[in-house]
Amino acid sequence: MATMPDPPPRLSLSGVTKVYPSVVANDGIDLDVLPGEIHAVLGENGAGKSTLMKIIYGVVRPDAGTIRWNGKLVAIGNPARARRLGIGMVFQHFSLFETLTVAENIVLALDAAGEGDLPARIREVSTRYGLPLDPDRHVHTMSVGERQRVEIVRCLLQDPRLLIMDEPTSVLTPQAVEKLFETLRTLAGEGCSILYISHKLDEIRALCHRATVLRAGRVTGTCDPRHESATSLARMMIGGDLPLPEHRPAQAKGDGALVVKNLSLPADDPFGTALHQVNLSVRAGEIVGIAGVSGNGQRELLAALSGERTIDDAAAIAIDGRPAGNLDAAERRALGLGFVPEERLGRGAVPEMSLAENALLTAHRQGLARRGFVRFGAARDFALATIADYRVKAGGADAAARSLSGGNLQKFIVGRELRQRPRVLVAAQPTWGVDVGAAAQIRQALINLRDAGVAVLVISEELDELFEICDRLAVIAQGRLSEPRRAADTNAGEIGLLMSGSFIAGGAHSERHFSPAGALGLD
Amino acid sequence: MRIALVPRPEPSRLAGALSPLVAVVATLLIGFALFTALGKDPWQAFHVFFVKPVDSRYGVGELLQKAAPLMLCAIGLAAGYRANVWNIGAEGQLTMGAIAGGGVALAFHDSASPLLLPAMVVAGAAGGMAWAAIPAFLRTRFNANEILVSLMLVYIATFTLSLLVHGPWRDPEGFNFPQSKMFEPVALLPNLLPETRLNVGFLVALAAVAAGWVFMSKSLVGFQMRVAGLAPAAANYAGISARRTIWLGMLIGGACAGIAGIGEAAGPVGQLLPSISPGYGFAAIIVAFVGRLHPLGILLASLLMSLLYLGGESAQMGLALPSAVTGLFQGTLLFFLLAADVFINYRLRIARAPARGK
Repeated sequence: MATMPDPPPRLSLSGVTKVYPSVVANDGIDLDVLPGEIHAVLGENGAGKSTLMKIIYGVVRPDAGTIRWNGKLVAIGNPARARRLGIGMVFQHFSLFETLTVAENIVLALDAAGEGDLPARIREVSTRYGLPLDPDRHVHTMSVGERQRVEIVRCLLQDPRLLIMDEPTSVLTPQAVEKLFETLRTLAGEGCSILYISHKLDEIRALCHRATVLRAGRVTGTCDPRHESATSLARMMIGGDLPLPEHRPAQAKGDGALVVKNLSLPADDPFGTALHQVNLSVRAGEIVGIAGVSGNGQRELLAALSGERTIDDAAAIAIDGRPAGNLDAAERRALGLGFVPEERLGRGAVPEMSLAENALLTAHRQGLARRGFVRFGAARDFALATIADYRVKAGGADAAARSLSGGNLQKFIVGRELRQRPRVLVAAQPTWGVDVGAAAQIRQALINLRDAGVAVLVISEELDELFEICDRLAVIAQGRLSEPRRAADTNAGEIGLLMSGSFIAGGAHSERHFSPAGALGLD
Repeated sequence: MRIALVPRPEPSRLAGALSPLVAVVATLLIGFALFTALGKDPWQAFHVFFVKPVDSRYGVGELLQKAAPLMLCAIGLAAGYRANVWNIGAEGQLTMGAIAGGGVALAFHDSASPLLLPAMVVAGAAGGMAWAAIPAFLRTRFNANEILVSLMLVYIATFTLSLLVHGPWRDPEGFNFPQSKMFEPVALLPNLLPETRLNVGFLVALAAVAAGWVFMSKSLVGFQMRVAGLAPAAANYAGISARRTIWLGMLIGGACAGIAGIGEAAGPVGQLLPSISPGYGFAAIIVAFVGRLHPLGILLASLLMSLLYLGGESAQMGLALPSAVTGLFQGTLLFFLLAADVFINYRLRIARAPARGK
């Protein structure tokens, strides 16, 4: 016996198993996380990453196996218990109350309700870690990226000893990712362990000290990602090589299948972003991308394009040459518009309904309904074909949408929209939270759609993705859209500069613009 | 010690289907305790309450006859409830249906036309729809809460009926009683079963349930209303109009309740009285939920609720219990149903250790 034994792992799992009726989510998982270690858990959608994290956080109970915390055997019966141990988790699907403010949401989740001035502590922590937040802002007015900040700050306020991050960088700008990594490295330096779930191989190589790779519920390997290549990691993860998207030059033709002309739209709530004189034309057979930091008008532009918000000036938006500004979402679909929204559960799909019913949601014009009556057989066939084409992991056409993992539901929604053969497709964050294999598949599907002569507009906060698939790129900042430029003639640096609003006449500060960060003096 | 409700990750569907039965059994147990506490022999009381009302042909006729308005109102309400349109005012829409349909009967009192009865039913449905249109308009135009508006309109409808039968529509040969003339036989719903009061209104109610089933589970519009109820953002994304959903939800409920109202006036009542319904419109809310907003469930639940009405009357006569016993059973049933639903969706956890601490 050594007199000074190594400290035990912060967290040690042994033989953890969880069986669901249709699938073995975790099969004898062993995992050690050392104090101060940034440990990646890598795997495709449905590999069992989320289930494993839910077990550690006490949301799901394992059927077998043991969990040790600092060397002591523990049973983590619920999240409150996990938090008392010092485990914090940032979920992929956020658990925030939309009608409450940031501070109210944080108070609700704190077990030991705020000692001291909570808004001040929120400002302090969020500033220290470079995640600017206005504590008095209502969550429903925030973009996905901003909501994630709330989740992260909420965890950090509890001073965790182990922080679980479920795909945290999906919606951050390159600069914000770099900042987050600094945050995480600082935390790790202070002795906090971090479990980092992701499928972004470059990030894992840049950030993590160790990686555990899962495939189909089993551990297929543990490695030091700093000594691996993205290709070797991907091979461990999917058990094969990654397909690279083919990208021939665009054969764009015509005047523009989706045309936005002088679209100005006041913000529909005090924290929204007004759109100013947005002009855009997407021609048949090209992919146009819109980059930008979340909260700069993407939400408003998407709602105006999809018809979820109608515009009095019909000519402001034209689909396939026909004025559509005053049409609602269903009428625009009839003109050939397909739309992939950024929220999947609750907007792109009804959580409680089956995939067949969710196919019906937007695709009922494809013969899934006749004379006002639903053809359930046809809806099931449509759902099954979508599941097969996009290799969606689901328990069949009758599986509820909420039973799917985020990435699989996204594949289903993208597949459902593409299957309707739209003439114009608008996609928001099409690969958010989707693993590399599926993301490549979705991107390839978008490129194929383009090659089939469809006008595709992608609004994304992931620059790499935009550069990979887009023919032209524009940037949205403070509700204004930049002049698009050919993707081949620009680079991430230039786009990054545009994202800060440099293209706006008279500079970014010519007009008073509400920015929560600016208002707090955090810029 | 702290008591907490923890959401269940996967609420059991079987338990969801069985919870009305659990609620019925629990209600019976409470009834058992209640009768005992009142000094009645509980078994005899149960017999008087639940068996005696239906041990005759006439009794069965009454059971079906009272179930008809409940069924009608509940199926109409369920169509709205599934879409998150909370019409609480079926009682008022029922009353308005009786006023409109009864008004037609009184206006054409001398008519012998076979079209009179259909015209009364159409007028009844229109009356109920008109009354339901008020909360629908206020909701879609001014975002006024339809729960409050539809509920308040119940009292206006009731007093309007009272005003009419005390005033312009009072039977001149009615010894000054506040009641209208009796409807002529041509204006009454034909009898369905001899020696009972059961009339063709029951068939109308059954047809409404069948139509409700087709609408809710087979039609595209019914599907879209369900989407609007479950996920409003998804409905907006799919281009399902929220205004159309609210209007349809309210108007369907109003039409069904209006038909139930004229069914009462042209059925067992046979004229207009200050009060045309013993709270069918409110009881139908319970029926809709006990029936899980499903047409088949509503069919069964309306029979149960009808039995509670009959049992209450029987208990008044046979056991000298107050009429409040009917309302008590209705309330207990709803209470246990809601409680059962809480435990289907949540697990009770009693923490002995203090919740806070290091």
